[in-house]
Amino acid sequence: MFGFRKVKAPVVSDDGRIRARFVLQHADFRLDVNLDLPARGVSALFGHSGSGKTSCLRCFAGLERPQQGYLQVAGELWQDSQRGFFLPAHQRAIGYVFQDANLFPHLSVRGNLQYGQKRIPAAQRRVALDQALELLGIGHLLERMPAALSGGERQRVGIARALVTSPRLLLMDEPLASLDLKRKQEVLPYLQRLHEELDIPVLYVSHAPDEVARLADHLVLLDDGQVRASGPLKETLLRADLPFASDEGAEAVIDGEVCGHAAAYELLELRLPGSEARLRLPHAALPDGHPVRVKIKARDVSLSLQRAEGSSLLNLLPATVESWQALDAQMLLTLRLGEQRLLARITRYSFDQLGIHAGQALWAQIKSVSLLAP
Amino acid sequence: MHERDVPMIRTVQRSLLALALLFTGGVSADEVKVAVAANFTAPLQAIAPAFEKATGHKLVASFGATGQFYAQISNGAPFEVLLAADDTTPARLENEGATVPGSRFTYAIGSLVLWSADAAYLDGTDAALQAGQFRHLAIANPKAAPYGLAAMQVLDKLGLSEAVKGKLVEGQNITQAHQFVSTGNAELGFVALSQVYQDGKVGSGSAWIVPDAMYEPIRQDAVILRQGASNPAAAALVEYLQRAEAARVIESFGYKLP
Amino acid sequence: MPLSKNDLDAILLTLELASLTTVLLLIIGTPIALWLARTDSWLKRPVGAIVALPLVLPPTVIGFYLLVSMGPNGFFGQLTQSLGLGTFTFSFTGLVIGSIFYSLPFVVQPLQNAFEAIGRGPLEAAATLRANPWDSFFSVVLPLARPGFITAAILAFAHTVGEFGVVLMIGGNIPGKTQVVSVQIYNHVETMNYAQAHWLAGGMVAFSFIILLALYGGRSARVRTL
Repeated sequence: MFGFRKVKAPVVSDDGRIRARFVLQHADFRLDVNLDLPARGVSALFGHSGSGKTSCLRCFAGLERPQQGYLQVAGELWQDSQRGFFLPAHQRAIGYVFQDANLFPHLSVRGNLQYGQKRIPAAQRRVALDQALELLGIGHLLERMPAALSGGERQRVGIARALVTSPRLLLMDEPLASLDLKRKQEVLPYLQRLHEELDIPVLYVSHAPDEVARLADHLVLLDDGQVRASGPLKETLLRADLPFASDEGAEAVIDGEVCGHAAAYELLELRLPGSEARLRLPHAALPDGHPVRVKIKARDVSLSLQRAEGSSLLNLLPATVESWQALDAQMLLTLRLGEQRLLARITRYSFDQLGIHAGQALWAQIKSVSLLAP
Repeated sequence: MHERDVPMIRTVQRSLLALALLFTGGVSADEVKVAVAANFTAPLQAIAPAFEKATGHKLVASFGATGQFYAQISNGAPFEVLLAADDTTPARLENEGATVPGSRFTYAIGSLVLWSADAAYLDGTDAALQAGQFRHLAIANPKAAPYGLAAMQVLDKLGLSEAVKGKLVEGQNITQAHQFVSTGNAELGFVALSQVYQDGKVGSGSAWIVPDAMYEPIRQDAVILRQGASNPAAAALVEYLQRAEAARVIESFGYKLP
Repeated sequence: MPLSKNDLDAILLTLELASLTTVLLLIIGTPIALWLARTDSWLKRPVGAIVALPLVLPPTVIGFYLLVSMGPNGFFGQLTQSLGLGTFTFSFTGLVIGSIFYSLPFVVQPLQNAFEAIGRGPLEAAATLRANPWDSFFSVVLPLARPGFITAAILAFAHTVGEFGVVLMIGGNIPGKTQVVSVQIYNHVETMNYAQAHWLAGGMVAFSFIILLALYGGRSARVRTL
């Protein structure tokens, strides 16, 4: 009852997945989710406030006890209400990053970091303190008290604190929400590095599309306590039946690699996998081969049957029509661009005029490209 | 005061008071504030309605420890008449000039009784006291209450003072001593007869009525305080207390009269 | 100094009573305050009201009910007698029990406030960092609630030193056992030993003043460093 008894999490077959089913009933809200997520990379729980993302995350952590619950994390069973089994939060190998860092005010940064580390047996410590310090750039803050840290610093300490317990699952609840833009820009790269350098699966709750687009590999869309979509990031973003598409925000995420830089014009050139096309965007130089992720809004893409000459457009890329969907009075097209996909939004009139059909080769005229990462 | 003198002085007092009443024409209803010894609570509450009916005056009584009243009166408490539990306190006040001279008189003589709430504990003698089989014997604080002092005198007379030393529990006043016994916390205790007297005998529990010879008489004196000098109701009360009808009531509560 | 042996015994006894009561109350009051701070049960309000009763009840009422219930005919008295412990009236133990009731809200309320002020956050953080409830109590709750504990201890001590009505009812004025300073002052007044009453009373005023100075001084010092 008091969580003294060390409950052994029964082992089920490790198929590299995180499976969860939670039904949580509150006075005026019901969370009812069924999730199958990869036990690798970053899975984003996306939705607007009130959609149940935080409640869902807390269920993963064991901080909420849903009426019905099943949770299996990469071969370990953490919860099965049908068998009456519930592993309490303090016995789950999780790291939790709270929205407001939630550092212990009576401990220094060092004390905070060591708090969790002390409580796992030495044999299980895979993330070293030094590693976390370096990853989050907080080595110089060790002896400070939380009250003397800025918001961004506190958040980084909070992330490091969660990492140092060598969790099997890292849970992050809108870690950037309480930061101003500058701090957000400061912390995002660290999150990116986390993603790249550690092998720990992350569940990342956010209502900011850019953060999600930048960091996530897998996207779960929550709305009103239910899962509306769950799938790999790029594919899910493209789906026209989702809220993304209709609020003027339909956009595609494109990954490329740096292959050149025109210093005089401050233009970066990107190679796109599976395509001869080059994408150009205004940016300072980056080393060749450096991965870059951009997003291109559907409404910033217009189409032409011929390659337009003498145009001010920076990007004119060959693409093929894959599918389309009617959207209000317009049409949302999905185009193939090499190995990736692009969205374009055109009027019905143009659609008919151009005689759009599947497999058609045409030119995508991209008016503006937004940089997501770095 | 010698007993011979008392009836004479009483008559003089009464005449004086009657005169005073005549002169004040005493029909308008006045209020008299009385400080009453805790042990006299019941008798006074019985007398009050009769007094008010007979004289038309109103009685406002406070009940408590005589020692406390002394301190309060010395510091200006607005009491007009004091019905003390002893005779030393009124005498003291008189010496200090805090009273109306000549108004002091003994209104009751208290009787000490050894009492137990358990009806089978005492058999009308001091046998149980002598046997010493009890854990607690309650008395009133002998330094502050005359009944407590009387109790110590009795214990001395019986040669039991040393024997009961570790078992004595002191109530701050006779009422508290009674409380200790009635709740059973003390198996027995020395209380005022008036506290347990009902319809001419000990009402509940069991008792040993202590022979008068074993202790100094507990003379309870009353006196009009300086504040009550011009209050006709004060004089009326003192006068009433010495009437036959009042005497009957007082006696019925187990007191003796001078 | 015109303090008699009884007076000095009374002072010693009072300090003993206050110290013991404070320690016991911290032990008893902490789980009660914790429960009150965290629970959502409907019992929270009635229990909170019962704990707060000694704040509004005249001490003589508490004392009277203790007198009756600790006596041989009362619930508590019968319990102790059946355990072979006799009755607790007129004993130091009885005073300790009375003082525990009397000063209970002075310990539970500051502690409850301190625990509530901590909120859920730190406890959840501790849980996600592998601390079980016992562990998180000692490593997070206690340090963060320290000011509350200090306040509770000082209040309990000072309040018990000043206790009168309860002791009057169940004490029996036994030197060395139940004759505490407040009762001794009363005795002196009753027997018109005003000089001694002044000494003892004056001493108590000075003592209380120092305690309160320490309490308030400490508090504002803490606020400044935040």
